[in-house]
Amino acid sequence: MLKSSRKPDGEVRVHFGLKYPRRLSLYDRPPTEDITLEEFESCAIDRLHVLCEIESCYARNRPFEELKDITKSQCDKHVPLDHNTATTKDRDSQRRKDVTGHFVLRLAFCRSEELRRRFVKAETTLFRVRYLESSHSERADFHQSVDFDWTPVEESEKEMYKSQLKAAGPDADEKEQYFKVKWTNVPDLVAKRKVFLKDGWAYVPSKEQPSIVFQEFQTRLEQALEMTAKALPRMDEDTRLEPILANLSQGFIAGLGSEWSTNENTGEDIRAEMVDELAQKHFPMCMRNLHENLTRNHHLKHFGRLQYGLFLKVLGVSIDEALIFWRKSFSGHTDDQFNKHYKYNIRHQYGLEGRRANYTAKSCQQILMNDQPGASDSHGCPYRHFSPDNLRTALLTTYSSQGLTEADLPEIMNTVRAEAYHVACTRVYEITHARDNVRKGDGIGSGETVTHPNQYAAASRALERASTGGGKVESDGDIVMN
Amino acid sequence: MPSDTEKPSPELMLAFYRRLYPFKSVFKWLNHEHTPSRLFTHREISFTLQNDVYMRYNSFTTADEFKKQTCALNPTRFEIGPVYTARPRDKKTVRPGAFTPVQRELVFDIDMTDYDGIRTCCSGADICKRCWGFIGVAVRVLDGAIRQQFGYKHLLWVYSGRRGIHLWISDREAMVLTDDQRRSLVNFLMVIQGGKEMHKKVNVRPMVKGRPSVLPPSIQQALDQLVGPFGDLVLQDQDCFRREEGWKELLKLIPDSKIVANLEKKWASSEDRPSDDKWSDLRDAISAAYSPDDRAPMKRAIEDIVLQYTYPRIDAEVSKHRNHLLKAPFCVHPKTGRICVPLDPERIDEFDPDLVPTVGQLLGELDAATSEPTEGEHSDWEKTSLKPYVDMLEKHALGLMSVVRKDRITSDMTW
Repeated sequence: MLKSSRKPDGEVRVHFGLKYPRRLSLYDRPPTEDITLEEFESCAIDRLHVLCEIESCYARNRPFEELKDITKSQCDKHVPLDHNTATTKDRDSQRRKDVTGHFVLRLAFCRSEELRRRFVKAETTLFRVRYLESSHSERADFHQSVDFDWTPVEESEKEMYKSQLKAAGPDADEKEQYFKVKWTNVPDLVAKRKVFLKDGWAYVPSKEQPSIVFQEFQTRLEQALEMTAKALPRMDEDTRLEPILANLSQGFIAGLGSEWSTNENTGEDIRAEMVDELAQKHFPMCMRNLHENLTRNHHLKHFGRLQYGLFLKVLGVSIDEALIFWRKSFSGHTDDQFNKHYKYNIRHQYGLEGRRANYTAKSCQQILMNDQPGASDSHGCPYRHFSPDNLRTALLTTYSSQGLTEADLPEIMNTVRAEAYHVACTRVYEITHARDNVRKGDGIGSGETVTHPNQYAAASRALERASTGGGKVESDGDIVMN
Repeated sequence: MPSDTEKPSPELMLAFYRRLYPFKSVFKWLNHEHTPSRLFTHREISFTLQNDVYMRYNSFTTADEFKKQTCALNPTRFEIGPVYTARPRDKKTVRPGAFTPVQRELVFDIDMTDYDGIRTCCSGADICKRCWGFIGVAVRVLDGAIRQQFGYKHLLWVYSGRRGIHLWISDREAMVLTDDQRRSLVNFLMVIQGGKEMHKKVNVRPMVKGRPSVLPPSIQQALDQLVGPFGDLVLQDQDCFRREEGWKELLKLIPDSKIVANLEKKWASSEDRPSDDKWSDLRDAISAAYSPDDRAPMKRAIEDIVLQYTYPRIDAEVSKHRNHLLKAPFCVHPKTGRICVPLDPERIDEFDPDLVPTVGQLLGELDAATSEPTEGEHSDWEKTSLKPYVDMLEKHALGLMSVVRKDRITSDMTW
């Protein structure tokens, strides 16, 4: 299958026109020509640079515009891919490298569910960036080349559902073209109610057409990866490839490390009875709210227990202390009820039951985006999930003892209105830690904003340690404040 | 009959499984044909035993084996999970990666506890004919939406035995939905969102030039269905705004502080003014303060209120994952002893949760009936008031089986 050194040009070149006529590809045909082992590896590594950069953009929550610029510059550096109009460039060999790199990485990342998921996300994003910078004719040509399974909506049908189509996309005009596809091909548009649905068909306006293309790309890639995973064991006999592939997937995993998973090792264990005091001094609003709810109702619903329990675990509460803490908090329940209904759940969080996974605490992004609180839930992010007046009251009652006053509220509420929940939370941190000399703009240390509740608590505790370590600073600060 | 709604004893449960539980019908419904297919043999059934031990990953090759094992374990209830790539009972012998859920009915769960903020007659685990009204409305809206918008036809509604209702959708296209697609579908249908501390739980309007615009078509359609029930149920029957905590909640949803202040003064001084009158007060206040041309924002606020008080409140997590387990139809609710019977959505308003047969009652009927001579090979449930409900499941299963048969005929072109 693989032969050593041969000139990359030569026999693959078709003299009239290009062997790879289009810049965009759904990667439905693997490359069949011979390549060198060195090329096999270098194509993949170059592409991996781009994918890692995309992943880290997601981890840092960069807006799509920024992500696009970063991806483009990375692409130009590692895997340039020019438009058909760039006749001076060797477009065929660029495209060949693009396709080869993609297929080699498929081999490296089909092994586990987790790797597949991350690979699909990064690849789909890369495709999206490239698609969006293509010209109109380039896109049309690409649509022609793929069987997308969409049917244009007839004028008569458009007339019949005129009002519904208008209501589904209020900014569309009269001349808008619509396509009919199975709703399962555009789940993201369905989730946002951006399309009109009838009998399982989604009526997609042409401006949302890219959505269908991206979804198609993603679905095909997911299926292909599963196929590859099944076929992979038969390839293992080629011992030259195995170390390269293993190395590549390692690189992908190491490229990203923003998860707040390690316990804060402060040398002291947190005992159940300390949680209350820590909560008053160091917890962000979401955890304060869960703590208050737990103390008041002696109960939290499932996602509340999950959000708070994992937070406490990462904070450094051991499993034994956690069981004591939850047992005390659920005082309305008998031992029997507690053991039956909740103990398993808590042990599960610590990886002692079920899948035995080492769960990490939820980040702000997860709290904001996943598991939306239902009508009687108390988890979530207060800045996002409280109504403004409740948030105002909650902030005042929770943090007034730490120096938050009525006068601070307008600024916080403005940030909340702008949907910058992280920033609002960071601002509250700055205000409540003003007596430790934290100033506006300092964030939780060197200007960083809050992206994880544990990061908030860790920063707060570190400040306290620094100030008690420095002797009288804290009490002095207090006197000045009063 | 309060004695009827007691916790059923293990002896009662065993007799129920031996003589009454319609294993055959449940098998046909899950399997879509007479001969066992993967839809049944690779299906997870999980049992909750009498001592509250939870037994997962059971699977069976035939309906008879299913019955035999159920009688041997005598669980308080059992739940149905997804169809996996391998038999669930062989789970330990297959590679972990090779054991994944592939198919599953699309399920929904509506629970009365999610209505605790608005219902006035009961709370928590209690339910009465009056609060069932909310479920009735939810069923009609959801049933219509799923049939018309998603085009699914094989919907089975099942009473959960106490305070809620389940929906099982068995269409082929629905069975194979991925978790992502399920999540999208649920988001499409979810309208009530935001936690306990959020007053306005309806935020579904697309923003046009920074202002909320008209409702998406699916929700507009639901709203048209909900205006009537809002009057009958929320204003009349439940009288949601009569008491102070009720009308205070309502006022929080009105975006005009002047109107709110006026109404607050008026309603605080006239305690016990019925909801109907308060609703008219609100309407009058709006028509007095706004000319018909610039009434649109207020009209939108009112529409959102109607949605908040009547739109189905779905337990979203149940529907989003293929591997979520849901209590099987015809199980006995372990607290009330009532059977989880299928319901006809067309006649949902006639349904009274207090009249659902309990396991004790059914076995009583059976004892009374067996004194008469029996003819042939009939199942015992035919002699009890469980019959109409089993017939309903049978009919539903037949519908599914005829689809499979038709497919087979059209695809079989060998002569």
